[in-house]
Amino acid sequence: MEAVIFAQGLTKCYNSFTAVAGIDFTVYAGEVLGFLGPNGAGKTTTIRMITCTSPLTSGTLTVFGMDVSLHPREIKTQTGVAPQENNLDPDFTVLQNLLTYGRYFRLPREEIHGRAAELLEFVQLDEKANEQVEKLSGGMKRRLILARSLLNRPKLLILDEPTTGLDPQGRRLIWERIRALRQGGITVVLTTHYMEEAEQICDRILIMDQGQIIAEGSPSELIRRHVGGEVLEVVPEEGAEATILAEVEGCCPYQRLGEKLEIFTPDGAGMLERLRARAKLSSFGIRRPNLEDVFLRLTGRDLRE
Amino acid sequence: MNKDASAAPPSRKSGLWFPHLSSRVFAVWQRDFDVFRRLFWVSFAVPMLEPIFYLLALGFGLGLFVKEIHGIPYPRFIAPGLVSVAIMHGSFFECSYASFVRMYYQKTFDAIIATPVNLEEVVAGEILWGATRATINATVVFLVVTAFGLSSPLHLAGILPLAFLGGILFGSLGMISTALIPSIDYFNIPIFLFLTPMFLFSGTFFPLEVLPEAAQKASFALLPLTHMVKIARSLMLSRHDTGVLGSLLWIVVVALITFPLALYLMQRRLIK
Repeated sequence: MEAVIFAQGLTKCYNSFTAVAGIDFTVYAGEVLGFLGPNGAGKTTTIRMITCTSPLTSGTLTVFGMDVSLHPREIKTQTGVAPQENNLDPDFTVLQNLLTYGRYFRLPREEIHGRAAELLEFVQLDEKANEQVEKLSGGMKRRLILARSLLNRPKLLILDEPTTGLDPQGRRLIWERIRALRQGGITVVLTTHYMEEAEQICDRILIMDQGQIIAEGSPSELIRRHVGGEVLEVVPEEGAEATILAEVEGCCPYQRLGEKLEIFTPDGAGMLERLRARAKLSSFGIRRPNLEDVFLRLTGRDLRE
Repeated sequence: MNKDASAAPPSRKSGLWFPHLSSRVFAVWQRDFDVFRRLFWVSFAVPMLEPIFYLLALGFGLGLFVKEIHGIPYPRFIAPGLVSVAIMHGSFFECSYASFVRMYYQKTFDAIIATPVNLEEVVAGEILWGATRATINATVVFLVVTAFGLSSPLHLAGILPLAFLGGILFGSLGMISTALIPSIDYFNIPIFLFLTPMFLFSGTFFPLEVLPEAAQKASFALLPLTHMVKIARSLMLSRHDTGVLGSLLWIVVVALITFPLALYLMQRRLIK
């Protein structure tokens, strides 16, 4: 498979703080790769190095086989970037935003107009072409940013938290558009901290924490490898928790969520029998594990700032 | 395209810095120009009333008492000063407040540097636009004072290049402030400690000779507006002044230093 991005020992330090600590990864042509991680994990810093807007401290990073520090213009010509922050031009209308942005790529005027019309339709903003950007909803702004990132027909699309702050409809619309782009053969790298987003649209996920990649694989692989089987959720009655913990300890991994215990086991029903025979449960349930379980197991449940 | 890309920053690897500029600078200039056209009346026409007020209050009001300076009627004496101040304000404010808003609040620079345009080109485009603004403003003030019969329309040919050159210099100074200040409130420092003294002590409203010798020397050594006024006055009054060439040289040299310095300092602020 053809590598679009190749990183080896990629490191970024700000004074004494190490934001990205020597990571290795490859992004292959045509895949949707997701960087998942808590705030401050180094996702956006990695993205900024890929988009040639932040120099590396050390390591190797190539995009389309070109070194990011030597060929930023060639790389950026073929890359589309949708940043985390809405940085649309508030002085312009929707259409003017695209026309102005197209000039930065030196696209011919007629081509920009044609492309802008096409893209506004693609993100369902064609009726808003002459609206001032300030009047758009949050979801519309995100869609306009997506359209803007596609103006130059990029081979690689970088989306930094593409759906943060959107309502479920807005989120689904963006997902659906990303899938459509993937069908068209574009390579997509995105960051997110929505597990559902990662499960829905990513072919492969890199979980980052404290500047390092701590797990890698497709969503189903990650679930199988790091959680597996089933998740038994039980809420013990008062005083029964110690008995349950004694039963579970050393046999299966578990985590606590308020009063609830989540027990990862290959056989949820069997484990439930065992527990009910020994202690009173005020409620219980068995569910399939999801990416969130993987994420929380790997990065810990503590709140991070 | 291959050419400018491969010529791009191997220099950065060696730790040296020099700017990489291409014609993409004009795409940035064009963006600012488009916004200016859209907001023409508020961003341009209203502030342009200010020099007219100065002319009426000082030139024709105070002028009744001052009458003449060195044999020049007072309104004619201050007209080149007003043109020079328009150059200074036009470019400095564009590259300070306006650029800071685009950089910090609107994240416009971040949006642009995700494209093949690099940061040096963004900053150069902003300064170029600041110089254009200075030229437009100076032209309007010049036309106003000419309408009052205080200069000859022919002198516009000299005012245009002077305004553009001065605009590059004051725009670079504005951009240097943008690169250095921690937050937008800090613009008060360059404005009240640098721009306002220049406005008053650069020979704009009274001749420098009345100042103590040391203050005169300081004015010539440190204040770009002093040199602008000197050139503009010599031009608009058609009076030969032996110091004009020296002043022109002073402006060119300082512009050649401050322009790359502005690019460098913005690079240092934003590329991390």
